[in-house]
Amino acid sequence: MMTWLRQNARETIAALALVILFAGYIAIHPRGFSTYVVTIWSNQGTLLGLAAIAQFFVVLVKGIDLSVGSIIALTNVMGSFLLNGSPTSIALGMVVVLAVGVACGLVNGIAVVYGGVQPIVTTLATGGIFGGIALLLRPTPGGSIDETMSDALTYAVAGIPVSAVILVIVLVVLLVLLRRTAVGLGLYAIGSSEQSAYMTGLRVNRLKLVAYGSSGFVAALAGTYVSMVTLTGDPNIAPSYTLNSIAAVVLGGVALSGGVGSPIGAVIGALILKTISSLMFFSGLPPLAQPFFEGLILATAIALGALGVFRVRSRLELYR
Amino acid sequence: MADRYVELKSVSKSYGGVPALTTVDFRCEPGRVHAILGENGAGKSTLMKLLAGVIQPDAGTISIGGKTVRFSSPREAAEQGTVCMFQELSLMPHLSVGDNIVLAAPRTRMGMIERSVYREAREALDLVGAKSIPLGARVSGLSLSERQLVEIAKAVFRKPKLLILDEATSALTSELVETVFGVLKMLKEQGVAILFISHRMHEVDAIADRISVFRNGRHIETFDVGARTTDEIVGLMIGRSLEELFPPRRAPVPDTAPVVLDVSNVSWGSQLVDVSLAARAGEIVGLGGLDAQGQQQIMHAVFGVLRGVTGRITLNGKRLNGLQPPRVKQSDIGLALVPEDRKTEGLIPSMSVAQNMRLAVLGRAPLGLLDLNGGSEARLQELIERLALTYGSLDDPVATLSGGNQQKVVLAKWLVLSPKCLLLMDPTRGIDLPTKAQIYRLLTDLAADGMAVILQSTDYEELIHLCDRVYVFYHGSVAKELTGDHLSADALIAASMNVHLHAEAQA
Repeated sequence: MMTWLRQNARETIAALALVILFAGYIAIHPRGFSTYVVTIWSNQGTLLGLAAIAQFFVVLVKGIDLSVGSIIALTNVMGSFLLNGSPTSIALGMVVVLAVGVACGLVNGIAVVYGGVQPIVTTLATGGIFGGIALLLRPTPGGSIDETMSDALTYAVAGIPVSAVILVIVLVVLLVLLRRTAVGLGLYAIGSSEQSAYMTGLRVNRLKLVAYGSSGFVAALAGTYVSMVTLTGDPNIAPSYTLNSIAAVVLGGVALSGGVGSPIGAVIGALILKTISSLMFFSGLPPLAQPFFEGLILATAIALGALGVFRVRSRLELYR
Repeated sequence: MADRYVELKSVSKSYGGVPALTTVDFRCEPGRVHAILGENGAGKSTLMKLLAGVIQPDAGTISIGGKTVRFSSPREAAEQGTVCMFQELSLMPHLSVGDNIVLAAPRTRMGMIERSVYREAREALDLVGAKSIPLGARVSGLSLSERQLVEIAKAVFRKPKLLILDEATSALTSELVETVFGVLKMLKEQGVAILFISHRMHEVDAIADRISVFRNGRHIETFDVGARTTDEIVGLMIGRSLEELFPPRRAPVPDTAPVVLDVSNVSWGSQLVDVSLAARAGEIVGLGGLDAQGQQQIMHAVFGVLRGVTGRITLNGKRLNGLQPPRVKQSDIGLALVPEDRKTEGLIPSMSVAQNMRLAVLGRAPLGLLDLNGGSEARLQELIERLALTYGSLDDPVATLSGGNQQKVVLAKWLVLSPKCLLLMDPTRGIDLPTKAQIYRLLTDLAADGMAVILQSTDYEELIHLCDRVYVFYHGSVAKELTGDHLSADALIAASMNVHLHAEAQA
């Protein structure tokens, strides 16, 4: 138990911070702890949580994805065209939306792996392209999305938000894939040391494509869920998702240097961010002062995660 | 099985016009340990990389059992049973030991890795003498020698038909080397062909059946072990006969020489327990013992890397406790440390040779400016000549140099500061004989100039032939101090294991 805590210290601290923030949020919310409040929180958290998982996959293999938000926007816009009509056409639309997400991720992956372009540069460019396509498809927010499906996926059943169930299922599946399969371990391996992974006989290029493709897939899940929550397609949502997804993985203990972290950490980070901004909304602070306090809380949360530095007894460890 | 020999026919390989291997014919057979000897740059690593599929030959063919093969990646080579353990360890630092081993050859059922594979990984670790390393431990937390053991276990786990070991035992103590050799002998009996690269002649003598000598990218000669003397082999390696590897013994340093470094009653957690040692001006003091008994930590403690060190450390009377590396390297204190791992701690591989050599001087000049009067530049030039540094251009990345020359750069970078006390952590690990000899001579000269030299080493020969005194560490404290006639291989090994020679005789 202790070794587990030590090896997952970052996630544990982040989870603790989340619990405290959530308790604060519930305490000041005018309606207190109720299914309604928790469901809204959970839905918002799931959106950013999925975005953070998408970012996690790229960061895991030492990349950074500035196009996550654009892929979410693009798939959200595609959803606003495709996710309505008969059940068959909705299902088909769903497949197309997810395929577009995977394709976007693979475009990034191919440019990085075979083009030899830095991930940050690649995704800056492709992010512009994906976001641009979304704008061309739908210059202003609009479109229609099947409301029955939306209701089924955004309400609560027996007091438990459906979004929370979806998020947990996604996490469990990903955890099993990442920890118990050769491909999943391989992703951690190339993030940890690409050269060693190559010498060990792993298919480094193929694994990287898997990482970028998975990122695109999860981003498409996020885009679809945006459609479910907002019932529109909006091409302008990209920037906030991109930046918050990066902040979320960092908060959740995913190392930007690759090879360290878990999707659970990424999701916890996302929930922390979401809770902070909800907290601000109900805090009664003047709106113009809110960004300052939001930043302050964020900085404190990050500082908590870095407390481990003071326990290091050999200074050499600080620079590893 | 018996015809699974590996053969190279007139293989050539060059990098950017510089030939690394020139029309090499080479053959090794199953069930034999074949040692490859040569200086750094002789082409050994290139040969290994060709066999392991890391690089492809420019000309000539490689065949296994008479069938020509061409591997385009280490993966393809591994599928054909060729497993290579390179000097640059191929472990993923953030993964657990178990995952590292299993990933080399995962067996899956419906996409999931079978749990039984981890049992086999455990068995492989136990076999190579790494019983104490848990499967769940992160590799980043292991010592260098533990990593080498994991690396060997990983290679064994893959059940190779041709196993290549490139300096695989360089960080291991003689005890562990014995265990690993036991495993190699077992594999050999199972018909595995083993290629063994090492700079330690006694290891080659102990394990190899045949020896091939390489020089300047050419295969010079192959012969059975015992057919030639060590001197003859060294002569073949460098193309001329080597005078003594070690410089002649120096006269003992008189007790009147001033004590430079004085460490008294130093403790640090459970890893250092009440350590006291001293070094006089002009002395070379050795630190020996089994791996990770505190020798490395005491160096770090003196250099100011560790937090929470108790006891007293002084240099020429100045108290060092609490001072960190940027402070202790200043000229009024004058301490320098050549770290254990030159790739990660000693050098910045992507920076040029010249930049690396200037790094240590940087923090010393006024206002952080480069030395304005050019004094250190002149000293650097002198050091380059004194160390006989071989390089293309000083502007080349330091990573392009051979291991021995890289170590010379690390030495130069610190010596330019004219330290009063030099700490060295295993400075000749994985370095060829001629460079070793140069470094030994350099250390002797430095001591003669009045520097106090502290040499931590895993090589007993070094401790015996070079040092005035040797402190042997055991479980974080000094188990024994050996001087003069008491400084022998037997005494060192006995002290390392904390047994007394006469007690052993009784048993």
